[in-house]
Amino acid sequence: MIRSNSPGREALRKLLRDRLAFASLCVIGIYVVIAVFSALNWLPFDYANRLGPSYAKPNAQFWLGTDFLGRDVFAKILYGAKVAFSVGMVASLIAIPIGACLGAIAGYFGGWIDELVVWVYTTITSVPQILLLLSLSFVLGRGLTAIYIAVGLTSWVGICRLIRAEVLKHKELDYVTAARALGAGNLRIILRHIFPNVFHLLIIDFSLRFIYAIKSEAILSYLGLGVQGEPSWGIMIADAKEELLRGIWWQLTAATGAMFFIVLALNILGDALRDALDPRLET
Amino acid sequence: MTSYVVRRILYAIPILFGVSLVTFILFHVVGGDPVLTLLGKHASVDEMQELRHQYGFDRPMVLQFVRYLGQIVTFNFERSFQTKQTIGKMLADGATVSLWLAVPPFFISQFMSIVLAMLAAAFRGRMADRFIVIMSVLGMSVSVLAYILFGQFFLAFKLNWFPISGYESDFPDRITYLVLPWIIWIVISIGADVRFYRTIFLEELNQDYVRTAHAKGASPFRVLFVHVFRNALLPIITHVVIEIPFLFMGSLLLEAFFGIPGLGNLAVNAFNNADWPVVKAVTLLGAVLYILGNLISDLLYAKADPRVAL
Repeated sequence: MIRSNSPGREALRKLLRDRLAFASLCVIGIYVVIAVFSALNWLPFDYANRLGPSYAKPNAQFWLGTDFLGRDVFAKILYGAKVAFSVGMVASLIAIPIGACLGAIAGYFGGWIDELVVWVYTTITSVPQILLLLSLSFVLGRGLTAIYIAVGLTSWVGICRLIRAEVLKHKELDYVTAARALGAGNLRIILRHIFPNVFHLLIIDFSLRFIYAIKSEAILSYLGLGVQGEPSWGIMIADAKEELLRGIWWQLTAATGAMFFIVLALNILGDALRDALDPRLET
Repeated sequence: MTSYVVRRILYAIPILFGVSLVTFILFHVVGGDPVLTLLGKHASVDEMQELRHQYGFDRPMVLQFVRYLGQIVTFNFERSFQTKQTIGKMLADGATVSLWLAVPPFFISQFMSIVLAMLAAAFRGRMADRFIVIMSVLGMSVSVLAYILFGQFFLAFKLNWFPISGYESDFPDRITYLVLPWIIWIVISIGADVRFYRTIFLEELNQDYVRTAHAKGASPFRVLFVHVFRNALLPIITHVVIEIPFLFMGSLLLEAFFGIPGLGNLAVNAFNNADWPVVKAVTLLGAVLYILGNLISDLLYAKADPRVAL
């Protein structure tokens, strides 16, 4: 029997053989399940209703203690996953299509189109990112929608640059010339021929982009521009600013820990994906 | 070479124009009417009209933009809505403080990262390398906010080594307030830098000249510190020079948290008070510095590698 040996399957096999990558994939999976459950309100308890004494220490009933209003910190952590993941997903849905399309068009057509795209992204990178993030979320008003747009619009440049450089290289290769000789149009060449060859960059970018999104959400929420009236890890950290000096450490530790494990898992997965998917690294 | 320099400088002009356009659109078109924030809730219509006229908000957008460009070229911004100070002076004061905050930890952390990255590259795949990489990834995964909060809690509050927050403009006293932010800065930035430099050194170690050097009998120590280091210097310089303009901006989070009156703190305060002239000026200053940093690093690169300028 002949086993298929497609590059995608090969990469997946490599990824699963890497125990560390597999473990981080599992961690991410657990977070995803929690985020989906909290988004659909399937969690067995509600963070707003599960009340105890104000600032209770971690105990058997409240595993991670309670906050000022007596709400369960553990429940807030679980609900916070929803905000973090929605920022990651929605910002990616904004940034990746913009970045990939502009990058592919600029790299493929060259000329004034390329110059225009390069001008746009150089302009955007020239504005200090945190100021751009702050300005955008301020201009758009406080709240989650503003964060989605701000994070999405400030983060498409990296993938655009990457795709542009890659498409520049690919359009000179023989397979593109062959496709053109067979009469394929520009759109077909970009989508059917070049795109599959640069697709792995989008997957790698996606895992790293999530880190940026989660961190940005925390910083914006911390600065008071973020989510309102919903638990988020950034807000929990912002609350902890005053709590810590009074010896109330559990809320900050819990939020930091929740962010730490997902970011760590994404970091490791990003590296593993690069090793598995980038054919140039093959020895 | 001269034509390359001229070309690069000319290239900065459209970028600057783009940045002006972006900030203009953000603050004038989307940002709403600043007159309302200036006068508060109880403003009369006449007052609002007068102030709009004074700031030129009643003129067509295109004319406003031209006026704005004029302000940028002459670096003559209005006064702050909030403090009524001239913005130039506010920026100069803020930049001095930010440089004090940013420069020492930046160079210390770059130096430490390069040394650690060379160690990791020298022992690649072995225990020392693994340890350094794992520590870097762990360090990168902790939230910046957590470093700041826990750093203040343990080092300043529990151990009482440093003041909890604040700033003193006198020279020797200044340092006592800055050491804790410096330490936190180094811890925050070192992980990513070590990994970045390690990749550079590993790429160099795969080059043919390294094999040649080994073959002719150079000691591994000599290969790493003489041959590889000199070749890796180019990306290192680019990396460092590009970061330098950001040092003027300090660190927004650190400054805001510790109450250090640098540019970052200025920006956060201006945001909270809707003090748009200051926000615009800081944003533009940041952009100009970034463009300058890019320009200088490109020119240095061309100097080090003459092929670039062709």
